[in-house]
Amino acid sequence: MKKKTLSALSPLSLSLVLVLAACSGGEDAAESSEADEVEVAGSDIEDATELTFWTFAGTHATFFANAADRWNEENPDNPIQLTAETYPFDQMHNNLLMALQSGSGAPDLADIELAKFSNFLRGDVQLEPLNDLIEPELDGFMEERLNIYAKDGNYYGAPTHLGASVVYYNTEIMDQAGVDIDSIETWDDYVEAGQTVVEATGKPMTTIADNWYGIWPYVVQKGSDFFDENGELTLDNEENIETLQFIDDLVNEYEIAELAPGGGYHSEEFYGFMNDGGQASLVIPMFYMKDFTTYMPDLEGKIQIRPMPTWSDSDIQTVTMGGTGTSVISQSENTDLAKEFLYFAKMSKEGNIQLWKELGFDPPRWDVWEDEEMREDNVYYQYFHDDIFDILLGIRDNVGGIQINEYTPDVLTEIDTNIMHNVLREQNQTPEEALKQSADTIRQKIGN
Amino acid sequence: MSGLDVNKSNNPSTLAPAKRENKMLRFLNSKKVAPYIFVFPFILSFSVLTLYPTIQAFIMSFQRILPGQVEFIGLQNYQRIFNQTFYKALANSTIFMLLTVLILVTVPIILAILLDSRLVKFKTFFRSALFIPALTSIVVAGVIFRLVFSESDQAIANQIVGFFGFDPIRWQFTAWSGMFLMVMMASWRWMGVNVLYFLAGLQNIPKELYESAEIDGANIYQRFTNVTLPFLKPIIIFVTTISIIGGFRVFEESYVIWQGTSPGNIGLTLVGMLYQQGIQQNDMGFGAAIGVILLILIFVVSIIYLLLTGAFKRGDE
Repeated sequence: MKKKTLSALSPLSLSLVLVLAACSGGEDAAESSEADEVEVAGSDIEDATELTFWTFAGTHATFFANAADRWNEENPDNPIQLTAETYPFDQMHNNLLMALQSGSGAPDLADIELAKFSNFLRGDVQLEPLNDLIEPELDGFMEERLNIYAKDGNYYGAPTHLGASVVYYNTEIMDQAGVDIDSIETWDDYVEAGQTVVEATGKPMTTIADNWYGIWPYVVQKGSDFFDENGELTLDNEENIETLQFIDDLVNEYEIAELAPGGGYHSEEFYGFMNDGGQASLVIPMFYMKDFTTYMPDLEGKIQIRPMPTWSDSDIQTVTMGGTGTSVISQSENTDLAKEFLYFAKMSKEGNIQLWKELGFDPPRWDVWEDEEMREDNVYYQYFHDDIFDILLGIRDNVGGIQINEYTPDVLTEIDTNIMHNVLREQNQTPEEALKQSADTIRQKIGN
Repeated sequence: MSGLDVNKSNNPSTLAPAKRENKMLRFLNSKKVAPYIFVFPFILSFSVLTLYPTIQAFIMSFQRILPGQVEFIGLQNYQRIFNQTFYKALANSTIFMLLTVLILVTVPIILAILLDSRLVKFKTFFRSALFIPALTSIVVAGVIFRLVFSESDQAIANQIVGFFGFDPIRWQFTAWSGMFLMVMMASWRWMGVNVLYFLAGLQNIPKELYESAEIDGANIYQRFTNVTLPFLKPIIIFVTTISIIGGFRVFEESYVIWQGTSPGNIGLTLVGMLYQQGIQQNDMGFGAAIGVILLILIFVVSIIYLLLTGAFKRGDE
């Protein structure tokens, strides 16, 4: 009887092996294809042209829906009905890639995040160049930001913010240590101030994320990058090794920095730590203002924004980091209208002012920074201080831009998984060893 | 045949259509055709959803795939695979597979026997309590696991560790604890399902065998090894096989904890690498090549296992 059961089982097991082995990941897809949230603007207007917009940030969906309402007020003869769909981060980018690959199913407009953007610039680019909208007003834009979303002289993305990296100082802690934040001008000053802070308060001067936020801004500020203008990999060049050595020293030599709780600056753990006055300063782009006002209410009135300290061998005072580009997809049946609307929503002066007013982002057009509307009181001025844009205007000529190409995602993955972890956390590789090893891995891929 | 005759005599006017219908029915009911009709829905869905993608994956693994530019590049994708990252992923998947097979076969047997015994009360409650994790969304479970096992010394797991006098552990950042988290999550999730398989298996064991064993003086342990285990063998083989396959295919457990990039690749699995390279980094040809290697790997390991356990032998051999 036992043997009978066994023999009855064998064809079953065999076919099972075949079926299960063949369909990897079929049984329970962790992600569904439904959007988390859908906002529709202009649904009550007859004959409105339908446009679809995909994003991964609910706030961006609301921003575009509001823009569509304003568009419809100003263009009653050419109304649009905008459907803004919000998906989880990975899923949105994956779906968009698949839609572009297969040639159907893509929206008219989509948000593409910086670290993902170069994926969409490979092969025959499926995004519409925005040059005719940008070039007439190029002077008003911070070009460093536009170049991030560009390839072969074509601009493919409308920036959401400049993303200028700055230092947020917790004045409560700095005062306790008796350090004047305006006296910190170079990174040497910063280290010195950090030692005073640690001595006086026992709290770290800063924390380092073990992802690219913990290295990229510093590297670019030093005048280097992971790729040069010709697209050659420079990940393991002298400047970058020195920079990573400096970061490593902050943590393991001077001991004025710790690793960010939770590993990065966008985790619940980190928000709680920062909100409780866990560290004296934080180096991160301007867009983080929104995180402060949303997740760290206890720090209201205690945070001062200042430019990054400088390196002795470079003039660059700030670096554009992070950020999302909105693109018009070539598959769209209404590319012209989509482009016009995109200009209206994000690239015009009015749109840039709305980026600040609604989202708290530093607009990528510097020609609005002095606009009166920008200076109207809002939650950010109340939480921080009044001269936010004066600081930006002061460093406008010393902005470092980043070089992006199709292998950028590989570099960022290496940084997130190997480099920061091995050098800072495990300390089992020197900066030079880690950077060289990762660079070799990526060169191997580029060579193929 | 008789039905046709009745029709003929009673109502000649409907003769023609009835005849055709019956011919059709007879054709469909014939011993040669009927089996194919019954398996047709499966064959159809298998071909469209499994066979076609599998063949396509083989083809894609020899291609470089970009929007508007698809070209054959021979074995280049395969030549690139065998690097350190791949071996790391292979090691992680293999360790995960071995651990989950060990845990998800032994523990469910014990639990199933307990749930089947007369000594345990509230059986239905325990049975559903064990099964519910299988119905939970893995994403939600991942959020909870991340919070429970976060780095902070106030997190539940570290509180427990601290209670026993140990330092807080950075669960998501070291290799052993990362593997521990993945295995624990998988065990928690699939325990109930495997218990069900074994419970079903236990129902098939004739009670008389236990009685006669008892009369012969067998103790509990002897009854377990000489009656229960042999009868459960087919189920054990089945559960082990699906655990081997599931173990090599692990992805969600790693993804919900680290979202694709784990420090030092401590959570990188083969399917995780496929996802990272193929989809996140838009290199689908390379991803497909990893998939093909994984398919071959699972096939070979499973066949070896089934051969060793004798699952292919005929009943009378």
